[in-house]
Amino acid sequence: MVKVVNKILIQNFSLNYSDGTESLHEITLQIPANAIMVFFGPAGGGKSSLLRAINRLNDLADVISISGEILLADENGNYLNIYDKKVDVIELRRRVGMVFARPIVLPLTIRGNLTYPLELKGEKNKDILMTSVERSLRQAALWDEVKDRLDTSATALSGGQQQRLCLARSLMLEPEVILLDEPTSGLDPISTSKVEATLQDLKQRYTIVLVPQSIQQAARMADYAAFFLQGELIEFAPENALFINPKDGRTKDYVEGRFG
Amino acid sequence: MSNFRSWLEKFIFWAIRISGYSAILFVIAIFLYLLREGLPAFSEVPLSNLLSERWYPNEDLFGLLPLLGGSLVVIIGATVIAVPIGICTAVYIAEVAPPWAREILKPIVEVLAGIPSVVLGFFGIVILAPYLRRALDLPTGLTALAGSLLLAATSLPTIVSVSEDALYSVPKSFRDASIALGVTEWQTIWHMTLPAARTGVLTACMLGIGRTVGETMAVLMVTGNAPVIPRGISSLFAPVRTMTATIAAEMGEVATGSAHYHVLFLIGITLFLITLAINLIAASVVFRKRQRAERILS
Amino acid sequence: MPKEIEKSAHSSSSVSRNRIQRAGFLLLLGIALFTVIPIFLIIGVVVIRGFQTLTPEFIFGFPYNGMKSGGIWPAIVGTIYLVLGTALFSVPIGVAAAIYLSEYAPVNRVTQIIRIAIITLAGIPSVVYGLFGLGLFVITLKFGTSIIAGALTLAIMNLPVIISTSEEALRTVPHSFRVTSISLGATKWQTIHRIVLPQAQSGILTGVILGLERAAGETAPILFTVAAFYLPQLPRSPFDQTMALPYHLYVISTQVPGMPEGIQYGTALVLLILVLGMNLFATVIRSRARARRQW
Repeated sequence: MVKVVNKILIQNFSLNYSDGTESLHEITLQIPANAIMVFFGPAGGGKSSLLRAINRLNDLADVISISGEILLADENGNYLNIYDKKVDVIELRRRVGMVFARPIVLPLTIRGNLTYPLELKGEKNKDILMTSVERSLRQAALWDEVKDRLDTSATALSGGQQQRLCLARSLMLEPEVILLDEPTSGLDPISTSKVEATLQDLKQRYTIVLVPQSIQQAARMADYAAFFLQGELIEFAPENALFINPKDGRTKDYVEGRFG
Repeated sequence: MSNFRSWLEKFIFWAIRISGYSAILFVIAIFLYLLREGLPAFSEVPLSNLLSERWYPNEDLFGLLPLLGGSLVVIIGATVIAVPIGICTAVYIAEVAPPWAREILKPIVEVLAGIPSVVLGFFGIVILAPYLRRALDLPTGLTALAGSLLLAATSLPTIVSVSEDALYSVPKSFRDASIALGVTEWQTIWHMTLPAARTGVLTACMLGIGRTVGETMAVLMVTGNAPVIPRGISSLFAPVRTMTATIAAEMGEVATGSAHYHVLFLIGITLFLITLAINLIAASVVFRKRQRAERILS
Repeated sequence: MPKEIEKSAHSSSSVSRNRIQRAGFLLLLGIALFTVIPIFLIIGVVVIRGFQTLTPEFIFGFPYNGMKSGGIWPAIVGTIYLVLGTALFSVPIGVAAAIYLSEYAPVNRVTQIIRIAIITLAGIPSVVYGLFGLGLFVITLKFGTSIIAGALTLAIMNLPVIISTSEEALRTVPHSFRVTSISLGATKWQTIHRIVLPQAQSGILTGVILGLERAAGETAPILFTVAAFYLPQLPRSPFDQTMALPYHLYVISTQVPGMPEGIQYGTALVLLILVLGMNLFATVIRSRARARRQW
């Protein structure tokens, strides 16, 4: 097996919405495998748009133009241009999972939420489904809390539990990449640290792209960090470099709290 | 698998899309059909006949004026009754009534919308008309007035519920600001809330009147069905005949393809166009409002 | 209700203002009652004078003696057939059209035209639907006066109600459910079928019943398309004529001299029970679904 270094290559990627909000200009960026990549910056800077571009969720939005490439590596190191016309978008979304800012549990039972993506794929075997349910709940550090009530409504869970359920749900498909858009924004500090710990564990197996809820979280979580401002990638660096010693004045101003 | 999936997806999409377009198809079909069956009337019946004052098909007299006039009297009567009552009821429900009273009144008004017009007509024959005859000392109670009262009843639910929605959509902060300035609630309603909701209330009235134009069974049963041209206020207390009632009463006995048959379809075209105009004007107000709201939201 | 204002009223002018307000509110209450009381009057009269007629022989019997005796069973059955036929045609097309408008339709001119067409359909007078049904289904397509011609006519008339109520029900389902489902690898149709429709189904059902309620009570569209004055047996095929409750009520209250009042009121009562019963059923479904809703 080839060791994949960069899981995702973004090359000269630009995107425009019909209403002119949060467009992206000429983004070029490599997202390393098995690490946490953090996208941060002020609201409206394009972080979420780029995140949604990676599993083509922006297909649902009113996008008028897209240019450049986003390439996704498979385990043999072959890259797939995800905006190629021949790409099976459904298959892509199974390889690249997504967790949203608000925990959106579907109006089903806890088990129903988890098995939903696998059933869509055509999996009917109860044993396989149950094995996956347990595995992903354990990965999301939720198993002990819900194992006795899998068939109760998922909406009865607390906010923190719901968010971990959403994480577990995206792990059901064993995706290669997990995109998280401010996954802790609605959570209390205890739930937040649980989710953060889970993510640190998960990066051994998955490539994680995180839009953090705060600069502090960005600094805590980042193996790599990218700073976005008004649709442009300003700066990109490994570890804490961006928070300790930013090169660009704008990054410095933002990190030090002069705006944003 | 993926192939089958995308094939199925496409098939379902087209079935759904065609259903979505079907409304356009039906409107066109209805209009073309009415034209096809109604327009020959112009070649078979001279215009002077159609514009004459006598409707007596047995002698080939097809004057449409009495029918138009009959509809007009009944509709104006219904409007005069239903619009003020409807608006006041809506104001009471939306602005004055305590919550428990609102919870009772709203479903009751909805029940009125559910009563079939033939039951209203029946009520008109057995209760309302005899009462009007005695109370107003008329030769018959089957009059335009009886028709107007029943039509008012059919349009009230529309007027009340649509006006109510319009009143609710006036931001509460407006009201609070007005009250804070020392204006009484009573004055706030008439000088602030109602004017702010006026387009919605106007739409409500138009939709209500639109319903009265097309109402058939109730007017057929209680207006006495005499095709005479109404003259002045006194015609409210005499029998009349509306366009809808004429179609309903005569279509069953007419020979397909005869001049009479074509003229009845011509009346149908007239009704179609009148209600179309009313509804389009009402809808354009709604559409314009929605666009504005979308612009503010985005 | 304006008690707080009453307490703060000190000057004489504010006292008189309060008096005006109280009188005004009373007047509005009176007018609101004026809207409501006739409803009770109509229903009350029909119930009080009709319920003695509601014997099993009346409901399950055939009319005889020029309809002056016997029951109204053929009219009840005919109306049920018509309602079922209407549902058969209008529900699939109406719900599919609602799905198109809420889930697929782009914001463009064509969609705007569809909406205008629906508004137009909703406004066309019922008697004009009758004309159309007569021309297209009875004469041109040679169905004759039949259940199928009437059901198709009522179905087209019913479409706007079903489309608009179903669309509203679909739109209340949060958008986030759709995005989430898609992000988990669902196709658009899987999302609609597995998430959106189950959440909207009680709302759709409510709309369907309200639409069918209207179809059950309509007379004008069936006047020339299905309704039979009197039939000695029940209809055997969709191409048969049938009696129908609303038409029957019209006939016995205007066309048959010397009709016993009991039969008239009894028929009106059965029609009211059918229609208002459907209305009540729809209301119950709606409120139960709201109570159960998790979002």
